[in-house]
Amino acid sequence: MSAIDAETVRATAMPKSDAATVNRSNVPAFVAEGVNVYYGSKQALKDVAIDINRNQVTALIGPSGCGKSTFLRCLNRMNDIIDICRVTGNILLDGQDIYDKQLDVVQLRARVGMVFQKPNPFPKSIYENVAYGPRIHGLARSKAELDEVVQTSLERAGLWKEVSDRLNQPGTGLSGGQQQRLCIARAIAVQPEVILMDEPCSALDPIATAKIEELIDELRQNFTIVIVTHSMQQAARVSQRTGFFHLGVLVETGDTEQIFTNPHDKRTQDYITGRFG
Amino acid sequence: MSNEPLGGLATAPQAAIGRPIADVVAASLKSRYASERRFRLYGLAAISFAVLCLAVILFTIIRTAIPAFTQTMINLDVTLYPQEIDPEGTRDPETLSRADYQRLLRDAMDDLFPEVTSRAERRALFAMLSPGATYFVRQLVIDDPSLIGQRVRVQVPLSDDFDQLAKGRIRADTAEAERRVSDKQIEWFERLRSRGMIETAFNRTLFSAGDSRSPELAGVWGSVVGSFWTMLITMVLAFPLAVGAAIYLEEFAPKNRFTEIIEVNINNLAAVPSIVFGLLGLAVFISFFGLPRSTPLVGGLVLALMTLPTIIIASRAAIKAVPPSIREAALGVGASKVQSVFHFVTPLAMPGMLTGSIIGAAQALGETAPLLMVGMVAFIVDIPGGPLDPATVMPVQIYIWSDAPERAFIERSSAAICILLGFLVCMNLIAVVLRRQFERKW
Repeated sequence: MSAIDAETVRATAMPKSDAATVNRSNVPAFVAEGVNVYYGSKQALKDVAIDINRNQVTALIGPSGCGKSTFLRCLNRMNDIIDICRVTGNILLDGQDIYDKQLDVVQLRARVGMVFQKPNPFPKSIYENVAYGPRIHGLARSKAELDEVVQTSLERAGLWKEVSDRLNQPGTGLSGGQQQRLCIARAIAVQPEVILMDEPCSALDPIATAKIEELIDELRQNFTIVIVTHSMQQAARVSQRTGFFHLGVLVETGDTEQIFTNPHDKRTQDYITGRFG
Repeated sequence: MSNEPLGGLATAPQAAIGRPIADVVAASLKSRYASERRFRLYGLAAISFAVLCLAVILFTIIRTAIPAFTQTMINLDVTLYPQEIDPEGTRDPETLSRADYQRLLRDAMDDLFPEVTSRAERRALFAMLSPGATYFVRQLVIDDPSLIGQRVRVQVPLSDDFDQLAKGRIRADTAEAERRVSDKQIEWFERLRSRGMIETAFNRTLFSAGDSRSPELAGVWGSVVGSFWTMLITMVLAFPLAVGAAIYLEEFAPKNRFTEIIEVNINNLAAVPSIVFGLLGLAVFISFFGLPRSTPLVGGLVLALMTLPTIIIASRAAIKAVPPSIREAALGVGASKVQSVFHFVTPLAMPGMLTGSIIGAAQALGETAPLLMVGMVAFIVDIPGGPLDPATVMPVQIYIWSDAPERAFIERSSAAICILLGFLVCMNLIAVVLRRQFERKW
């Protein structure tokens, strides 16, 4: 399917680096080079290259349909589930090509978690929502350990105080903002290296949004975060680095401050000053 | 409508045709509301008509069926002569069951009408009793052999013609040649009635017996049990196969020409006339594989084939209706494809799958034609004890009865229809309950 296609069409596969020799703190988590994505014959991303730094929040901004979500979904191969989607180019996680045939997609997704645009808790209890990931991966050896993982994850997602007395109630019964934090807790529970967030606040009110943003800032200590957002203010508030996408092209990447105060490209400037988008 | 601008709006917006927009909209409102009212009226009329038709059908069936739930019985004093039943006094059950109880009943009837002496008249007199009356006496004796030698009062059914006479279906005022009971028999019947020996009792036989040539001895239980075994085979085969096929086709199969052809063919199979499945069953299961004919096993296999497309289509629709966000959520935490399907998609699709299955089962329960082809139309008196015993099913039983010449089978056909409808209503209720049970708040 698409992964195999991607493998065969890729002209020059990067030589795999030896993971042991990589100094993890200085090397970017993700290195993307020459990434092209096609939906059937339509090209959605053109020659995207970006480094995603460890323990930083990288924001991807741009007008609707610019390909920022598509790129985000390349990072944990979520595009695999779309039959007509085809990815070429190299995306390295810790120096290892994630589209390599030898890399298992399930393992990749355990290392690269994801939070979606619309809160999508499982139709199970709050506890089960968080416990599901650790359980299927066998991360907890006993019930007590699992309980601990659930509690830690909920605490880190800032939800523990609100739900500690009703862990057995359905996750779908929470408010929108709580549901989204539950989804974050669910992602954290697997202890991934990277968390991808696809417009995590677009369905939330300003107060819930503020809580999530605060949370993202805290999570940065332990995780590498890539966030796609429509809101430039949000990008400015939460991120250290920003990439601006336009019409499938990554126009500009840089430190967030530089992008918002002194963009090099005319298109970036037009977008952040509100001339289009 | 006025063309002047509205009071406060000095400069009301003008439509292209030169009148204020508010007026143009107002003018069109009347016809828009009228069309809405018309549509509501059509809907109401259609539904009322449908409800009326349904009520008429149900009323007719139930009215015809009601007399079948009662049976005219006669209370006879029978002397259980030991020399007739058990001359050697062994009380051996074998001897007891072989004894000539008909003779005892004959004597009891003759006692009531001593003036009847000619052979032909005595035969006509005895014909008033059901041919099954002897079984009632035999059962009585076998259950309690100590009764032998006593004079006991037994309640035995009258034959169907006299049952119909009692219910007013056969009328005494029609010409003698045109009715199945003679003037003489009517006279005897009236005398028995005036002596208080005729009684109307609840027709337990209808619910406990298998088929019979005599309507008063015929019951639906044999066909109910036959239907049960057939349905069991059908669902045990069809449900897992169909749900598995639906999950595979929807979640795992590659989308290509080949799967497209399969999909089209599944949809076409749902529209194949059921008798074709019967012919297939006859050719494949009976002729080729040599499975026993007339059995619930073969009937169930045929109905399973027939039900498969219905359940597959319903299950695929249910799987399609599961929001993609839930699959993404599962895959996002690193669940494998199989885990995401069996932990989330299938449970969420289960209510729809169950509904489809029960609709398929209800369809199969009411199916007649394919079962005729595999021999389930045979006259079977015994209650089937398992899927390998010859059996018939409820709709086929209705078909057999509706074809029978005896008048009393008319009401029994309707009664069987009522019972079948009762089962269908129960199945639909189960579907509703299951759906409620499995439905999760989304």
